[in-house]
Formats: sequence, C-alpha cells, structure tokens
Amino acid sequence: MNNVGLTQYLLIGAVLFVSGVVCMAIKRNAIGVLMGVELVLNGATVNFAAFARFHDAFRVEGQIFALFTIVLAAAEAAIALAIVLNFYNNYLTVDVDSAEELRG
Amino acid sequence: MSVGDILFWIVGLMTALCAVMVVVTQHIVRCAIWLLFTLAGTAGLFFLLGLDFLGATQLFVYVGGTLVLVIFGVMLTATGPFLQLRAGAGEWAIAIIVGLLLYGLIALSWLFADWSKLPESALPDDPRQMYHTEQLGRALLGDTSVQPASELAGVPGSLGAADKASGKLQEPPKRQASAFLLPFEIVSVHLLVVLIGAAYLARAKRKRVVVAPRESL
Repeated sequence: MNNVGLTQYLLIGAVLFVSGVVCMAIKRNAIGVLMGVELVLNGATVNFAAFARFHDAFRVEGQIFALFTIVLAAAEAAIALAIVLNFYNNYLTVDVDSAEELRG
Repeated sequence: MSVGDILFWIVGLMTALCAVMVVVTQHIVRCAIWLLFTLAGTAGLFFLLGLDFLGATQLFVYVGGTLVLVIFGVMLTATGPFLQLRAGAGEWAIAIIVGLLLYGLIALSWLFADWSKLPESALPDDPRQMYHTEQLGRALLGDTSVQPASELAGVPGSLGAADKASGKLQEPPKRQASAFLLPFEIVSVHLLVVLIGAAYLARAKRKRVVVAPRESL
C-alpha cells in the first residue's frame, strides 16, 4: 500500500460498518443489537471525518455531520435502552427472538 | 512510510480487529469492552486526521456517555452472571458469508472509485490546517463566512436581513452560503424530546402486585 489517504480510512470505516451489520443480524441479545447499531454509526462517522480531512469541499460539513451523527447516536442509544428495559420488565428476557407479540 | 502512516495502520487495524471481536464474542459484557476499545480507536483515528474537536467529542459522548449507558443496560437486564444467547452454526455461516460479500462489495467500490470527479481539493497536506473548534462553532452558529462554497444544508445566511445602516431590507445575494444554525437548533430540540421520552419510557412503574404484609413473629 502506498501513502495513507482517503481510501485507507474508508476501508477501516467499511470494516466497522460491516461488523455492525453482521452484529445486528446475528446477536440475540437486544443490547448486542444496539452495539451493532453503534458500530454502523461509527463507520459512517469515520467516513465523514475522512472526507472532511481529504477533500476541501467537505471541510466543515464533514466534521459537523460527524458531530450530528454522534449526538443522534447518543439519543438513539438512550431511547433504545429505555425500550429494552421496558421489554425486560415485561418479559424478563432480552432475547429479541421472544419479542413476537406484534408479529403479523 | 512516515510516523503518521505507521500510527494509522496500528490504530486502524486495532480498531477493525476490536470491531470484529464485538461480533464474534458471545459474552455480552466482553462485547461491551471490545466496543469500548473500538470507540476509543475511532477517536484515535479522528486525532490522526487532525480533527481534534471531533475526537474529543467522540471520547466524551461515546466512551464516556453512551458506553456507560450500554453497560448499565447490561447490568439491569442480566438474569444471570454468565447469560449467553447463542446463535446457531448455520446462522453464523450465513452471517460470515454475507459479511464478507458485503465488505468485498464496499471495498471494491472504494478501491475503484474515482475521487477526482469531486471538487478540486486545495487542502494542504497538513492536519494543522484543519478547521478547529472556533471555526466549527462559528459554522454551527450561522457564520456564513466560514464556509463559502457550500450548499449542502442549512438556512440561507442573511436572506431578508435588515441592513443596519439604511434600515431597509437587503437584496438577497444570488448564491447563499450555508450555515448550520437550523440543524443545530433541530438537534437541540431533538435532544430535549429524547430526554423526556427516555425518562417517560424507563420510569419505574408502580407494582400492581400488592405484597402481603409480613406475618408478625
């Protein structure tokens, strides 16, 4: 590999993204699914930051959208954990496979 | 290879490895610890990119806030100390295949992408030339002089603003620079709504079952 540039950062971001997608798909613990969502959002943030660094046109946007992503991820984690806690209070489990009351 | 490149490979590969370990590990507390290292490694990548404010925010909000929240969630929902919810071997096989295919697709599209179609980059190859906290704050608060060429998001800068000297409305300029005042406000209100909603959802409910009075000894 030659010098570290945009592509290398994007590849690391892609690893985070794919790990998050697989994590969301395969975890049966609801909190594990939540961790997968965090990983996906982190991959997106890495991409934003890389573009902010390596392309002039996204110099401010990259950083600001990355900041928005971090804030929205925190909000999402809070709400999702509240829902998981509610589910646990009602069913005494966090297995997402047992959440089938709303299944059509 | 410069020192920065070597640091990038160390931090980047560590981050990627920890992200994979989050998926592979079965024990949910260990997952949380691997996630901690992943998030910290991402912050390290931001520092290597020269985005110091973003890296600090990542450390504060993610590692300091979100991860603590997740670990509290683990503690509040664990029915046993070694609770494990395993997926079957067939599911693992499908997940690995789909993950590798997805990564191959994304990596190929990155490797063969032609970034020269993007606007000309006049950025000097020095992280110290990046925008720092002051410029970011001014962009968030609507200072349009920070970002002259952007039309991605935000409110028009001085559209319809009254001219202080003459007291009449200014002619709106042909091309408005964007600022991020409106998204900033929306995110602020969103955080307030989330705070109220999370407190409502996770509040302690009154137990319906009345505990029988303890018999006197």
